[in-house]
Amino acid sequence: MTAPMLELREVRKYFPVGTGSFLQRKTAWVKAVEGISFTIAAAETLGLIGESGCGKTTTSKLILLQERPTAGTIRFDGQDVAALKGPALMRYRRAVQVVFQDPFGSLSPRMRVGSIISEPLEIHTDLSGAAMRERVAEVLELVGLRPDVANLFPHEFSGGQRQRVAIARALATNTRLIVLDEPVSALDVSIRAQIITQLEHLQRTLGVSYLFIGHDLATVAHISHRIAVMYLGQIVETADSTELCTNPLHPYTQALLIAALPAHPDAKRERLALTGEIPSALAPPSGCRFHTRCPRAMPRCAEEVPVSRELAPGHAVACHLY
Amino acid sequence: MSITTAPPVIEVQAPSQVRRWVRELPLLPLLILVPFVLAAVFADFIAPYDPTEPVQGAKIFVPPFWMDGGSTATLLGTDFQGRDSLSRLIFGARVSLVVGLMGTVVAGSLGTAFGILSGYLGGWVDQAIMRLTDAWLALPALVFAIFLATVVGPSMWNIVIILGLVYWTRYARVIRGEVLSLREREYVQLAEIAGASRLRVILRHILPNVLNTAMVLASLTIGVVIIAEASLSFLGVGVPPPEPAWGLMLSEARSTLMAGNWWLTVFPGICILLVVLATQLLGDWLRIRLDPQQRNL
Amino acid sequence: MSALLLEVRGLQTHYFTFGGSRIVKAVENVSFTLGEGETLGLVGESGCGKTTTCLSIVGLLPPAARVVGGEIRLNGTDLTKMSAREMGRVRGSAIGMILQDPMASLNPLFSIYTQVAEPAYYHLGMRRRSLRRRVEELLRAVRIPSPAMRMRGYPHQMSGGMRQRIVGAIALAGGPKLIIADEPTTNLDVTIQAQYLDLLMDIQLETGVALIFVTHNLGIVAKMCDRMAVMYAGRIVEMGAVRDLFNAPKHPYTKALLGSMAKLGSKEPLFAIPGQPPDLARPPPGCAFHPRCAEAMPRCATQDPEDVECGPNWTARCWLPQRAAEVVHDRADA
Repeated sequence: MTAPMLELREVRKYFPVGTGSFLQRKTAWVKAVEGISFTIAAAETLGLIGESGCGKTTTSKLILLQERPTAGTIRFDGQDVAALKGPALMRYRRAVQVVFQDPFGSLSPRMRVGSIISEPLEIHTDLSGAAMRERVAEVLELVGLRPDVANLFPHEFSGGQRQRVAIARALATNTRLIVLDEPVSALDVSIRAQIITQLEHLQRTLGVSYLFIGHDLATVAHISHRIAVMYLGQIVETADSTELCTNPLHPYTQALLIAALPAHPDAKRERLALTGEIPSALAPPSGCRFHTRCPRAMPRCAEEVPVSRELAPGHAVACHLY
Repeated sequence: MSITTAPPVIEVQAPSQVRRWVRELPLLPLLILVPFVLAAVFADFIAPYDPTEPVQGAKIFVPPFWMDGGSTATLLGTDFQGRDSLSRLIFGARVSLVVGLMGTVVAGSLGTAFGILSGYLGGWVDQAIMRLTDAWLALPALVFAIFLATVVGPSMWNIVIILGLVYWTRYARVIRGEVLSLREREYVQLAEIAGASRLRVILRHILPNVLNTAMVLASLTIGVVIIAEASLSFLGVGVPPPEPAWGLMLSEARSTLMAGNWWLTVFPGICILLVVLATQLLGDWLRIRLDPQQRNL
Repeated sequence: MSALLLEVRGLQTHYFTFGGSRIVKAVENVSFTLGEGETLGLVGESGCGKTTTCLSIVGLLPPAARVVGGEIRLNGTDLTKMSAREMGRVRGSAIGMILQDPMASLNPLFSIYTQVAEPAYYHLGMRRRSLRRRVEELLRAVRIPSPAMRMRGYPHQMSGGMRQRIVGAIALAGGPKLIIADEPTTNLDVTIQAQYLDLLMDIQLETGVALIFVTHNLGIVAKMCDRMAVMYAGRIVEMGAVRDLFNAPKHPYTKALLGSMAKLGSKEPLFAIPGQPPDLARPPPGCAFHPRCAEAMPRCATQDPEDVECGPNWTARCWLPQRAAEVVHDRADA
């Protein structure tokens, strides 16, 4: 069995929040990510789903090395990512790219699209100008844009087209993993379908892996092979995406499914039994972080943190019910 | 649905865009500035006489040609040495505009550089530069300029550098603010994630996007620099005589003003007024023009 | 049949930009009705004119826009003919609005009590104790825990979901017959959104208020609405009962929208509509959708289609159903 391409093990990230004056350094900690573990293999899509404060953005920052983990390891091809320096670090940066949510902020307004896409090439390779232009044209075609748009500026494109440019840029250097942070949430419904279809097509053709972060379960389930559900910094359930949608085990996943909007007016609808608001990450509940809102909470849930257990092949849950 | 060849519907820049751009030019400031700029550039060909030599055969303190005692040979009169006022004004434009412009460029470059370093690098660099800016701002600008001028000695390029050194702080503060917000933009983060070196991020992503602000700031403060130069000249520590400068002309004529030789102070004064006014208006227009939200109203 | 609360007929709203030299036809000949207690879903993507339609109804168009034609009758009275002052009296008392961003709708400087009380104060003339009771009642209706304590607080102390509920309370405060909700849940988390939508449905059952729900999310329409109107390029392209449109959509755009929705648990490829929405300052000739339509006929490029009856209370603005009807008609003759 081949080693997974990306592996996170018991990763934690705490942010200090200073309270009190400069002399009295009493810090509180925002426990943004509290011991998460998952793997991504080549040509696979892992969906990461959760609501505000669940830590999915922090997770993406950790993978992209915008932040360093407080504890735990992130391994890429077996190597500890936090220890990378010099050429090894550059190799990692070349292999792992990101596409952000906002199509209007992702592209430098004063650069031509061709230069935007070739920037990773300029940083990592020493291809000649002509070779770079060729690669830019190649990659533009891959994302469904005409190669001659390379000379245009970002403001001449629509939102969906800009996301395509962002994807092209992410692919330019033979990337192996793209972190997609809510890539279609800011786009119109019909354009969303275009981009999702394009991404799926690219995965089939190029074998690139995705970490797809989203909040709409239906979209995430469509593009992902496996899904990890996060709540307040922890992964509560991981499963194959179809399995997760048909047989959710964790009460939070079940709530997400009930809360998901129906596809048809006649679809069976249950009332959401979930109450209350999402707690703040500054003061997370004791024991199982979900127990304050869980319709099936037991006394044990407030005291003991549940451990993730694999209940069926590929289906792991962290819950005291099991 | 042909996903692989979905062409974007791109709108080409229609020629009418250029015409509209021309229509939107700020007429008044340009109407004022263009003659001055032309005068400065072509001074050698336009000015009737050598500004540093007395006019042959003319008396001193000759009034402008429309007054008694005036002559059309010296249209705007002569000064206490018999030098032609008009020629001095024309050559003076060169000094004022060059010093004003170059001084602004030096101040702007220094200030923008500091602002970018401060905003982007953060940490102790930011603190150091900001404290330096605070200290610098506490110094009264003109007094400081005078002090520097007396120390290094007057010459055109020394004045340019001095003015640059005195006025860079206002750029640094504003640019730093812009950079702080630019730093969080996603395209900057993307460059960092792609492995771009800090220098590359600054040159490719930060600098082009602060240039707008820097330009507007420059056009709004060029007037200040021109007046500063005039003040220095007036006080005798600016561009040294006999090179004509408007401020110097004001200073030289000050004592004879009471004797009724008004044209020696009024004309240089009007020139300073017009140029500063024009640059202010231009700066205002530029600011509105470059602000994407205001532009389409 | 319920009494007709709102009747919009032939509404046309245009934006005049660049000093009047460029006219954007944001809403072009829109007509629909709303009965008491009914929920109408106004569906479409950005730029289709749904928000402009709502702003036209409540008279809150930006200065560059104007209603240039049509009528809006609320309980028989034409709102387009009202003065600004009369419109001010209608807003808040007869019509309540819930907008997308709660932080923009709430004034950070005023307490919750002040903001929720305001419509009741102005429109219902309530004072002191009865006003206080009304505010408590409203906050309880929108399920804010400990209302008496919460009303002394300020918006920044509340979460996004709670703020949106308070906006709902403000909308209800004047006792309106109609609430217009413009994408109120777009910025909310999924579970909070579900709670909020359940709340809105409960409030409707209790107070009998009619609801126009503007959204681009068909799932919300499936969950909440009785009828839906699909808008594209400033026109209503199909309108009818939600069940009818989901089961057998007649307009190609409706079909495309339904096909582009990801369905939970299904890996069926999503239908992606090629191209972009049109520039409303220079709309294409004929049917506005024809450049992107998979079933376009030659007629579509030259003639703007009219409304066709596809069933009881079901219209589509397309040449296709008409052609199908003609074919049936011809066959019946032959």
